[in-house]
Amino acid sequence: MTRVAFLIPTPLRPYADGRSRIQVDVAKNPPSLGDALDALWNVAPGVRDRVLTEQGEVRPHVNVFVGTESCRWSGGLATPIADGAEIAIFPAISGGVC
Amino acid sequence: MKTVRVLVGTTKGVFILRAPAARTAWQVGGPHLAGRAIYSLAHDGRGDRHRVWAGAASMHWGAVLVASDDWGRTWDEPQEANVKFPADSGLALKQIWQITPGLDEEPDTLHCGVDPAALFRSTDGGKTWEVVRGLLDHPHRERWQPGGGGLCLHTIVRDAANADRMWIAISSGGVYRTTDGGRTWTARNAGIRAEFLPEKYPEFGQCVHKVVQHPSRAGRLFAQNHWGLYRSDDAGDTWQDIARGVPSDFGFAMTIHPHEPDTVYVIPIESDQVRVPPGGKLRVYRTRNAGRSWEALTRGLPQRRAYDIVLRDAMTTDSLDPAGVYFGTRNGRLYASNDSGSSWRLAIDGLPSITCVRAVVVDDRKSARRTEARRSARR
Repeated sequence: MTRVAFLIPTPLRPYADGRSRIQVDVAKNPPSLGDALDALWNVAPGVRDRVLTEQGEVRPHVNVFVGTESCRWSGGLATPIADGAEIAIFPAISGGVC
Repeated sequence: MKTVRVLVGTTKGVFILRAPAARTAWQVGGPHLAGRAIYSLAHDGRGDRHRVWAGAASMHWGAVLVASDDWGRTWDEPQEANVKFPADSGLALKQIWQITPGLDEEPDTLHCGVDPAALFRSTDGGKTWEVVRGLLDHPHRERWQPGGGGLCLHTIVRDAANADRMWIAISSGGVYRTTDGGRTWTARNAGIRAEFLPEKYPEFGQCVHKVVQHPSRAGRLFAQNHWGLYRSDDAGDTWQDIARGVPSDFGFAMTIHPHEPDTVYVIPIESDQVRVPPGGKLRVYRTRNAGRSWEALTRGLPQRRAYDIVLRDAMTTDSLDPAGVYFGTRNGRLYASNDSGSSWRLAIDGLPSITCVRAVVVDDRKSARRTEARRSARR
């Protein structure tokens, strides 16, 4: 069992019972980021469709960091997750459009 | 007492304006759904409802359909996204461009049109939505081309007398019609010129911007295209050019009078390369004879240094007599007419960029009784 903590950004807290940090246990060993996110959806299902498209891809203007590295550069949803990892979901900067 | 509510969708949320039937002074509520881009709004007044639907898109978190039964004070926000493409399509929702409540005899049916171009249908009052397969799997799909706003299905026209017949419009794909409730769709663009293609009269691929129809004359359609104003008298089988009398046949917005099937409004724009009102004059053009001639409506509208343009869903009418006509601009101004367009007033200035406008006539006493009944039922 791998234990990870998700940091939930303010706009998504209405879909996470108001929580800013959610700790989940991931059964698969060793887990990927996708496995950890599946565990998050079990406790906060409304967060899923805000982070992923219906095709299961991270939305273009959402960043998911494992530790300090964006999953875009570390293998996407296949990024390996270590026990005790902290995973942060952020709205991307998305400048230039107002 | 009757009041009018004008629902205004903007790039930063929904504003709801309210006025007595004289429609001269407006109270403004909002922003509701602050920060989200609202490309579609609808009012569902069937049965006991007074429900406002909004296609609410966040740049970060995607687009969902949300509904309010109390004029925007609270919104039902689905936990799970309610409009989703099936996995085998490989498509992902970008924007919800149109929401259309069904006919009176199908009180739980709604349709919505989206980007990438597809039609979704709900038959349970909007709780669940399913893509209309006949259009999703259409063989033309791979040759539809996105316009500046994306590959959007932005117009849904129902036939009030025939639940199986419907028209949709796609930029850029053209007009399509079904006569079997959505199982099959046929391109209906004969006579519509595609100025931007080497073949000027293709079967499909035209960039239609808006199609309107009067419910009493389902076989007659009017279309504002990316270049071109057209009328069809045979349910879309053929189209005739009706642009004589307007300064430019390029534009986005088009609406029809609620009581006069031959009266249509457009707001011309100076070419797709410039995209401002011709001559810096903001003018609505009205035909009262189904496009045989057009008159410029200028009273109350800025006639110099006007650079506002009006998007495809940002002009509408109410159902009073004389009819109210409303349009909102990309510069955040909402203009209102209480005399079928003959004169205009600036109802509000300074809103975010306006994307869509809808108007509803409400019997406030009846509406208050409905709201109280709903609250009692919840208690």
